Amino acid sequence: MKMVKISIFLLLLITSNTIHAKLNVFACEPEWAALMKELTGAHGKVFSATTAFQDPHRIEARPSLIAKMRRADIVVCSGSELEVGWLPLLLRSSGNRKVQINQPGYIEASQLVERLGIPQTIDRSMGDVHAAGNPHVHLDPRRMLKIAEIIGQRLKKIDPDNATHYQSQTRDFLARLQEKIKHWQSLATPLKDTKAVVHHKDWKYLFDWLGIKEVATLEPKPGVPPSPGHLATLKRQMKTDPADFILRAAYQDDNASKWLEKQTGIKAIELPFTVGGSDKATDLFTLMDDTINRLLAALKK
Amino acid sequence: MRKPLILATTIIGLTFQQNYVLADVGKISGNEFNPAISLILDGRYSSYDNDYDLPGFQAGGEAGLPDKGFSLGHNELTVSANIDDKLFGYFNAAMAMEGGETIFELEEVFFETLGLGEGATIKAGRFYSGLGYLNSIHDHAHDFTDVPLVYAGMVGSHLIDTGIQARWLAPTDIFLELGVEALSGASFPGGENKDNNKGQTIFAKLGGDINVSSSWLAGISRYSSKFDVREAGVHAHGGVSTVDNELLDGEVDITAVDFVYKWAPNGNTSKRYLKLQFEYFMRNEKGEAEFAEAGEQAAADYDGEQKGYYIQAVYQWQPRWRVGVRYDQLEANNKIASYDGDVDGNTTVLGQDEFLEESDLESDHDPKRISYMIDYSPSEFSLFRLQINNDDSNPTSDKQVYLQYIMSLGSHGAHKF
Repeated sequence: MKMVKISIFLLLLITSNTIHAKLNVFACEPEWAALMKELTGAHGKVFSATTAFQDPHRIEARPSLIAKMRRADIVVCSGSELEVGWLPLLLRSSGNRKVQINQPGYIEASQLVERLGIPQTIDRSMGDVHAAGNPHVHLDPRRMLKIAEIIGQRLKKIDPDNATHYQSQTRDFLARLQEKIKHWQSLATPLKDTKAVVHHKDWKYLFDWLGIKEVATLEPKPGVPPSPGHLATLKRQMKTDPADFILRAAYQDDNASKWLEKQTGIKAIELPFTVGGSDKATDLFTLMDDTINRLLAALKK
Repeated sequence: MRKPLILATTIIGLTFQQNYVLADVGKISGNEFNPAISLILDGRYSSYDNDYDLPGFQAGGEAGLPDKGFSLGHNELTVSANIDDKLFGYFNAAMAMEGGETIFELEEVFFETLGLGEGATIKAGRFYSGLGYLNSIHDHAHDFTDVPLVYAGMVGSHLIDTGIQARWLAPTDIFLELGVEALSGASFPGGENKDNNKGQTIFAKLGGDINVSSSWLAGISRYSSKFDVREAGVHAHGGVSTVDNELLDGEVDITAVDFVYKWAPNGNTSKRYLKLQFEYFMRNEKGEAEFAEAGEQAAADYDGEQKGYYIQAVYQWQPRWRVGVRYDQLEANNKIASYDGDVDGNTTVLGQDEFLEESDLESDHDPKRISYMIDYSPSEFSLFRLQINNDDSNPTSDKQVYLQYIMSLGSHGAHKF
């Protein structure tokens, strides 16, 4: 009898939950949560599976994430295998039809734009490389424009009742972003042709946009923590051909970049990388403001 | 057996009624059209004195110690893929060497529904049962070289069986999953039964986050089966046994409670993390115990009550390096009645004490064990581990030392929490 009572209770729970007004958005990373807040406005209930202080490569398929996935109407992730260690398991465990890979509610943002760094050959001795190319596309606002436009269309398809709302949200966001891109581009002119040492290949798209050159990575191979031997090589490399700055994301360990800064005198800076990665980076606009300002400040010194 | 039939019809109905829309952009990650293929290499060097013996617990399944010296563990081949837009398929086989022979074992071979809707998922085939926590986690993802004593003693390392599993996930912010399984019931601690369908499992799991740094998962589960014959004996693939140790017309049930807690600063596991794990198992079983060896044959009515737990902590204090400690304890309270030491009416009569000892039903010692491990992972795909056990699982104390490697080749799927 107890089981029957519990079942009835749970059935009531389902039915009460299907009458939600808001669109449940599951974003794998904070940048997509921020984008979805812009695009859904008052109609979206947006959840970010990770914070700026977590490495999106290494997330566990925690019970709380499975529970969130169960109720999602739309899932937005970087894709291109970035979340291969946890997202497929969340999808399989969710029992949620709307967000499975072939459904309109499933979006891999990096797959919507042209990707950089697609390897010619793949071997594990190269480290944790992504066959589909570099997935960290969100720091190129030109690519962001295209992604926002496509997701805006998708939202109309998923929730046709509020199509006009999503359309005006999307238009408004695109207009503001286009305006900001002009501003950022003129602001960032001094950054053109500067040279950067990066912790991980997180910055490819930002560099592609602003014309910054990636000269070395602190990780000997993608996903492999910096080793003393590799850092010693970098130190020698910086002596003959110094970079302008050493960059790391908020979630990355600062030991290696600080060590190299001390050894070479090249400024090491922490960039927010995503929304929430610094006090100032509260949305996609302030994220880019803060990123460019930090780079410019480092250049001046 | 009506229920699974109705269930199956419902699934088919649900699956075909949905008219799927192909997304205009976006594609499958991890594997294009080929299945994802993963191979696990597992080998160890083992040092110990005493043979496997867990008084009060008849050995079954995969319970036992690895060969002394150099040996291979389970080298697992996994092939998996989405079959179509509604189904996912998974194949996992373990290859092991025992007694100079290569053994091929099907561990998990199943299909599972993808996004059936309303939080429901159906799995059918051969799979790790939802009993307990560690049961459904493959050996290569365990934190210790050997399984806890409760798993060795009560389910023969893993409860793997063939059947159907249905799970339902509640639409709540807290993780609540309910599941049922209809199984053949033929796998240890069950046994051969005429209809090959006597195994049943129900489980409930509850979990969530306490804050951004810590999360938990708790479970309660119950397994039961009835059987005509259950053979017991130390795990010896293909080995010839002259001893018959059986339980006839028996039944078994296990109730398990499990709890897992994980902590990492800001939820970022790349540098430091802590994992605490606890499981408590209770097993009841009864049947007619029969033991025969070289002209001696004895029988008794057996009624056993056993319980046990393990508690363990694993800590990664810097990238690549982890330490762990685990404590195991078991207790058996086995009763026998109507003892007959001379079933075949021969001149040789088997004494009751000897019967109890030989059949592993004697429960005058509470098995205990404490284990320490340290492991190093050069990358996500390789691991080297040293483990030392102070083993009091039988009355003679022993020190077991294992040196193990685990390598992962090819695409490696996500691990469960």
